[in-house]
Amino acid sequence: MNVPANLKYTKDHEWIKVDGSNAVVGVTDFAQGQLGDVVFIEIETLGETLDKEEVFGTIEAVKTVSDMFMPIAGEIIEINPKLTETPDVVNKDPYGDGWMVKIKMTNPAQLNELLSPEQYKELINA
Amino acid sequence: MKNTAFTQFHIDLGAKMAEFAGYNMPIEYSGINDEHITVREKLGVFDVSHMGEIWVKGTKALEFIQYVTSNDASVLVDGKVQYSCFPNGRGGIVDDLLVYRVDSVTYLLVVNASNMEKDWNWLCEHAPKFGLTVGKELYNASDEIAQLAIQGPLALKAMQKLTDASVEDMEYYTFKKISFAGIKEVIFATTGYTGAGGCEIYCANEDAAKLWKAVFEAGKEFGIKPIGLGARDTLRLEMGFCLYGNDMNDEVSSIEAGLGWITKFVDGKNFINRDIWEKHKKEGADKMLKGFIMIERGIPRQHYIIYDAQGNEIGEVTSGTMSPMSKQGIGMGYLKKGFWKEGTEVFIGIRDKKLKAKVVKPPFHLAK
Repeated sequence: MNVPANLKYTKDHEWIKVDGSNAVVGVTDFAQGQLGDVVFIEIETLGETLDKEEVFGTIEAVKTVSDMFMPIAGEIIEINPKLTETPDVVNKDPYGDGWMVKIKMTNPAQLNELLSPEQYKELINA
Repeated sequence: MKNTAFTQFHIDLGAKMAEFAGYNMPIEYSGINDEHITVREKLGVFDVSHMGEIWVKGTKALEFIQYVTSNDASVLVDGKVQYSCFPNGRGGIVDDLLVYRVDSVTYLLVVNASNMEKDWNWLCEHAPKFGLTVGKELYNASDEIAQLAIQGPLALKAMQKLTDASVEDMEYYTFKKISFAGIKEVIFATTGYTGAGGCEIYCANEDAAKLWKAVFEAGKEFGIKPIGLGARDTLRLEMGFCLYGNDMNDEVSSIEAGLGWITKFVDGKNFINRDIWEKHKKEGADKMLKGFIMIERGIPRQHYIIYDAQGNEIGEVTSGTMSPMSKQGIGMGYLKKGFWKEGTEVFIGIRDKKLKAKVVKPPFHLAK
């Protein structure tokens, strides 16, 4: 199971990568594996400022629907344009081309509340 | 949790496994979409050993089957298969099933794994009225029989390599007992629940490993793949085939479930529910199971509410998915009278939105 060392994680299987005052958010390799073929992603929160753990979108596999939650508070400033036409990019490259949203952090201190790669590995028994 | 005769093969192939109807079953291997497309375009193999097999034998066998099932089994000839259902005596459906006629005194009933116990108890309850002894003329062989479904347009061509009997030209919904892949006797049936063509093969558990290996070897040159229950569900849904527990249950009639075509009110066939269902058919149902495709982007799911253009509730989704073939949301659900016509616009409540869909006839992946 791929759990990159340079990211922070949530118990709901999102990852976050900090880039200055912004951050990129996606779902983990473990999550995409559990979901199976991702067929539809709906994110309609562009421009909204959301709290930590608020739903920013939904991800649908053939058989299931899951909400995606904000790892930390922030404003949604960009949505991955590839998700509309090729949602399976999340299966192929969950930490790269399959990213979900870019956010402007409103409370970066919350990063300290997230799981480290080691803690996340423990959570998924990797 | 029970294993089928093939469970270890699935695990060795790295399938995602889960419990289904008490069995440890493969949900997916390479991914539902890839498996689905493999079956539509080439051929794939499903372990369906969890299905229940019940023998009905003796001079009273037909009379018994005519009583407990809705379709007219008297029209069956040797080697013919019929889709049918068990009415429950309260206007609903116990299960759907296949009836195989081996000869005039030997029938095989194939039922859903998830209803095996319920079906068996139900049949045992009615058997004495026809002088059938449980364990003798009515015999549950489910734990002794392994079954593979090889489905897809290339399935029969590939399977022909494994037998001297002629199978490639068999008619849909027929079967024969043949020698196959070095196994002395299997039941080879041109049945299946994918709408992709192909066959289902029944053998004794002892012969299962031999069957599995031979089938994959014969199919190799055609691109054969193992298929899980996930794709089995999307394949049947594209065809508008009902799944018991989703699209029909103990509370709906065969008329409402769109199964009027397997409900035969012929002379001399006095089956359970006949009076209720005949009345239902004459008076007309208030709701009917209908299929639809999404016009706006979204995926319908079981229990989502269906609305009319004014926002009134008119039904509920019983099965839904994204069609792996058309990449469009497809589904089925019970709709109130007045919304049954092909092309009728309906709206599916998906999260906080009501998204436009329209009533279509199956196959849903080909509907425009």
